[in-house]
Amino acid sequence: MSIGTDSDLEFATSVRRIADEVAAAHADDVDHNARFPREAIDALREAGALSAWIPEEYGGGGVSLESIAQACYDLARGCSSTAMVFAMHQIQVGTIFRHIEGQTWFEGYLQEVCADQRLIASATSEVGTGGDMGRSVAAVTPIGDGRFMLEKRAPVVSYGAYSDDILTTVRRSPEGEQSDQVMVLHRTAETEMELTGSWDTIGMRGTCSPGFVLRAKFPAGQILSAPFAKMMAESIVPLSHLLWSYAWLGIATEAFERGRAFVRAQSRRNPGQPVPAAHNLSRVMGQLSMLRSEVGGALEDYMRWSSAPGREPLSTMASILRFNNLKLGASEQAPKICQDVLEVVGIMAYKNDSPYGVGRHLRDTLSARLMVANERINAIDAGLLMIAKEV
Amino acid sequence: MTDSIRTQIRQVLADHARLPADVDTVSDDADLFQAGMTSHASVNVMLALEDSFDVEFPDSMLRRSVFESIDAIADAITQITVTAA
Repeated sequence: MSIGTDSDLEFATSVRRIADEVAAAHADDVDHNARFPREAIDALREAGALSAWIPEEYGGGGVSLESIAQACYDLARGCSSTAMVFAMHQIQVGTIFRHIEGQTWFEGYLQEVCADQRLIASATSEVGTGGDMGRSVAAVTPIGDGRFMLEKRAPVVSYGAYSDDILTTVRRSPEGEQSDQVMVLHRTAETEMELTGSWDTIGMRGTCSPGFVLRAKFPAGQILSAPFAKMMAESIVPLSHLLWSYAWLGIATEAFERGRAFVRAQSRRNPGQPVPAAHNLSRVMGQLSMLRSEVGGALEDYMRWSSAPGREPLSTMASILRFNNLKLGASEQAPKICQDVLEVVGIMAYKNDSPYGVGRHLRDTLSARLMVANERINAIDAGLLMIAKEV
Repeated sequence: MTDSIRTQIRQVLADHARLPADVDTVSDDADLFQAGMTSHASVNVMLALEDSFDVEFPDSMLRRSVFESIDAIADAITQITVTAA
């Protein structure tokens, strides 16, 4: 991974420090109490990390996507929920600045994100669309005086209650088709949020992602006017799969390192004696290595395709398949690695209060297959396989 | 020639695009996705077009923009058949 400039280096150093000293220190408490990782997010704010990826012309840090991906990985080694909140925020940030197309309200908004380190949540899924992000029921509805409102039943809004703003997918108009969508940025403080569920889950407990009915009013300027399908293909989908995968890789790596620490401790006690667990862990290392290659290769493809004229390659079927395959592979491999480490280490990994415990890591990575369900992705891929020429 | 291509495309759309409205009410340059064609339906449309015109869309053409209107599809098919001829 190339972390070239001074700002990239500075960013990487501060994120690693926050991951070790803050995120990791509170990870068990965040998990146990299913509470927002406020210490780590505050520390990231303090370091300017929430605007690190925003181009310098808007006042951001201008670091590379490679650095953002590496940050997701580093944070996930300390605390999965912190990493996932950070990753999702960056997906929102990237979607806005990659598709801003000179919209002045959004230019001012990005400057605000930089100055105030605003945390952006998103409301993409919706009750009544069967998990299909390409359809919306809620619509941008005119209420006169050039203002609009939306009311959306969102089954999951990660860190919604802790966000400063929410980027919400809706239909372009009440008369529009469900597939004719836009995104609206509305401020959390100006949004009525009716809680419709709880967030007592197996894992990723600190993302605090219950359902809400969202009601917001906004002027036309807060509608991101780039075509939704273009934003989905060029940014939302590939960035989600990439940054999530970097977080899952970080969690799996931490589980592996705990297994390695256990094996090393064992061999130190009996130098020269064979350590059967080490052989088994060697196999897990092979899987981890494959996961790392898949995730790193996908990022390289994304960087290359993003810099092609008009980002053309990102709107091809090959690109959809490429990032779907990343998601399928990483989401299945990460929990498998955690489970394999559990078996290598045994009871000392099964115990929650052990330094070799991987229970939290296993539980957190189980969410991977469900965040945009793999079943849905396989259904999409099944269709594309029929028509794509090279896969 | 081009008009017959468009008629043939309209037949494929009528059979596979699953538009909420009658395909005859959709103009040649209208956005089919805005008219309600889902990405799932668009894959079926591509398959049916390949069959109907006896062509294969190369990967470089398998993009949303190529299938977003009747005009765009007609251009793509003309381009393939010209290249093949």
